[in-house]
Amino acid sequence: MEKRIGVFVCHCGLNIAGTVDVEQVVEAVKDYPDVVYAGNYIYMCSDPGQELVRTTIREQNLNGVVMSNCSPLMHEKTFRRVATKAGLNPYLLEIANIREDVSWPHENEKELATKKAISIVKMAIEKLKRNVELTPMVVPLHKRALVVGGGIAGITAALEIASAGYEVIVVEKLPYVGGHAAQLAGTFPTLDRVPCLMAPMIAKMISHPKIKVYTNAEVDEVSGYVGNFIVKIKTSPSYIDEGKCNNCGLCLEKCPVTCPSEFDCGLAERKAIYITPPETMSQKVLIDPGNCLHLNGDECRACEEICPTKAIDFLQQGITVEKTVGAIIVATGYGLWDKKNIPEYESDPDVIDGLQFERILSPSGPTGGDIRRPSDGKVPKQIVFISCCGSRDPEHGFTYCSRVCCMYIAKQAVLYSRTVPGGQAYVFYMDIRSDSKGYEEFVKSAMEEERVLYLRGRVSKLFRDGDKIKVWGSDTLSGKSVEISADLVIMATAMTPREGAIALARKLNVTVDAIGFLTEAHPKLQPVETLTTGIYLAGTVQWPRDIPDSIASTGGAVSKVLSMFSRKELLHEPTIAWPDEEVCSGCGICASVCTYNAIEIDPIKRVAKVNEAVCESCGACIASCPSGAMRHKNWNARQFMDMIDIATGAYV
Amino acid sequence: MQLVCDQFQETGDPAFSKRVKEVSESGLERCYQCLTCTLSCPVAFAMDYPPHQIVRMVQLGLKEQVLRSSTIWICASCLSCVTRCPNEIDIPHLMDTLHQIALHEGVAAKEPAVAMFHEAFLAPIKKYGRQYEAMMTIGYMLRARQFSPKDLLNNALLGFKMITKRKLKLLPPHSIKGAKEIRGIFEKTEERGK
Repeated sequence: MEKRIGVFVCHCGLNIAGTVDVEQVVEAVKDYPDVVYAGNYIYMCSDPGQELVRTTIREQNLNGVVMSNCSPLMHEKTFRRVATKAGLNPYLLEIANIREDVSWPHENEKELATKKAISIVKMAIEKLKRNVELTPMVVPLHKRALVVGGGIAGITAALEIASAGYEVIVVEKLPYVGGHAAQLAGTFPTLDRVPCLMAPMIAKMISHPKIKVYTNAEVDEVSGYVGNFIVKIKTSPSYIDEGKCNNCGLCLEKCPVTCPSEFDCGLAERKAIYITPPETMSQKVLIDPGNCLHLNGDECRACEEICPTKAIDFLQQGITVEKTVGAIIVATGYGLWDKKNIPEYESDPDVIDGLQFERILSPSGPTGGDIRRPSDGKVPKQIVFISCCGSRDPEHGFTYCSRVCCMYIAKQAVLYSRTVPGGQAYVFYMDIRSDSKGYEEFVKSAMEEERVLYLRGRVSKLFRDGDKIKVWGSDTLSGKSVEISADLVIMATAMTPREGAIALARKLNVTVDAIGFLTEAHPKLQPVETLTTGIYLAGTVQWPRDIPDSIASTGGAVSKVLSMFSRKELLHEPTIAWPDEEVCSGCGICASVCTYNAIEIDPIKRVAKVNEAVCESCGACIASCPSGAMRHKNWNARQFMDMIDIATGAYV
Repeated sequence: MQLVCDQFQETGDPAFSKRVKEVSESGLERCYQCLTCTLSCPVAFAMDYPPHQIVRMVQLGLKEQVLRSSTIWICASCLSCVTRCPNEIDIPHLMDTLHQIALHEGVAAKEPAVAMFHEAFLAPIKKYGRQYEAMMTIGYMLRARQFSPKDLLNNALLGFKMITKRKLKLLPPHSIKGAKEIRGIFEKTEERGK
């Protein structure tokens, strides 16, 4: 078919025309083979500019258009829409970027810039000659979401998506939902009691008809692609028949094994058969298989013998369910840097981390709301907070700031000062980072009203001295060394990626950073998306955050999911890789380099097969294919060679 | 809390910092050590601790070091620091509070002449309800005992000149109407200070 190509050169005001002689560009390509029209206009993206393109396509009966203007990131979509309206296949339109690539970087070399612009336009014309008509692929969309993690971010995500009318599956690794937030004593800066925040949310989620919660469960396997993820969820057995159990608690009394309670951060003990904590709004009895004697080969069947309803079932098996979901929100939360990393702090029972102190401050904690220290149950009269334990400390831990510690130290110091009259709280800090609404005022009020003494400096040494813990540090504001005889020391340890985050990221095929936090697709413009379309991040799985920031990021992830679910079906770019089956030898190199797992080797034909919905057109398979069988639609090797000829020819 | 620096070792006394905070109402816990006060102070060069350090030492409860410092006596109450402080901390009021505490606790003033001047200034007011400059001057000179006979003579001559030019009154002034009440204020304040 005869090629009829139109070239439209944009001035972009003076952005392009100030450097590139646009008239000369038009002159140079006017008589180029196959070009039937070349024109220029001051703003091609404006309404009259678009109208010019549209009418010219119709009048000149064009079957190819080169738009010579700004970057395709800016206006490729705009002009492809114009082409479609004019009856031209949008993939027969090419952008020659003469703004970011020419006029901006070559402001002081006008002649050369014009020459370069001409060659870029000619390259686009040559590429266009071998473009074929394409249509975007339609991908089915399952309007059901998977939320991994049942903390405050996961619960929020589930409730928001469900309230929009879509089904949600929540997978929680622990036997109860609520996450770290449920363990807290209060929130800063308003000092809300956490059960007042969490209880209505958890209750609503558990009873919501559109939400299915799997506790004691893990995501075992994920396959598929956006709109069509197939997830396998594996639940661990609780060894209790929930239909029979009436929560009488006799088994808890009989069980001979005691072990530290995870929910109370090891400050209290529980039995190997235990009941889920009340903060999490569930009252479920379950057996911890790691500590149960019977499940580890012993004779003991104490709980089974005492149970009046015969609810205990040691033979219970976990189940695996397979679900298809359209989108996945990862909200698995954070871990804490282990204080064992600093051996001198680790051995003392009265040196605790921030989360443990939350439990001590909590009215439902191991001390019932009385502030008592773990070693001897005495009320501590002098307590010392050490901030930046493991954070901002590349020597022992991490370089980053853990972001929440400054504020929770202030909160804990305030709660402590109000509960223990005559108690004195000291805070060793490097900087006070209180950068959100009402935070600075809250820290100031801790200093002014609660008389918390802030000492700017690091702690050099801690050691036990009889009943007390001696803390050696410095106050750099007065230039003095400080020694405090403390009853209790609280270390604000760094927020870290959760254990298993990397393994989960591998299953989901999303990227992690050097520390182990899951990474976003773009730090500024796509903060909740991952590089795998259809998988979004919420809360502290991505970076240390406080509750409001986690909820905000969850809102972002939810809006992405809902905007996807609001469509009938998904469209996928057609400019993807395809194998020439005549040439392909089925060596499988392409499958091994594909980051998106889009390629598999057809077991019968022994050739590569591209999953068109998953391919993101990165080109890795094409570059790696030893036989040249792998091709890229509208970006084939011949097009590249033609473009290179033009590019090199211009400078000979 | 033990605080150690080169010369001193002192235990921080939270009760002291609490008392100073309450009496001075200066809002000194708001201080974030920007040093604006010290940089604006016209007499900081003569102090042993600059004003911002006094604020920090009060926060830490270093009673001995604060009360024995020259700073609290050298402060001229010019209010440059208050005018410029971003946290509106009233440092002159803080210094006055520290004088009071030092006097009550019987801590010897590092700058005794300043303390004596304050005493000499207040004595006529207690007696007459108003200032009587001749009494204040003579009272100060007698208290300070650091003037040579030549100084005394020069001052006497200057005083004579001022009297003849009616700049200074020789005879005691009339007591004001409420002199009794003023005396009452003095007595009550002294009582409360004990």
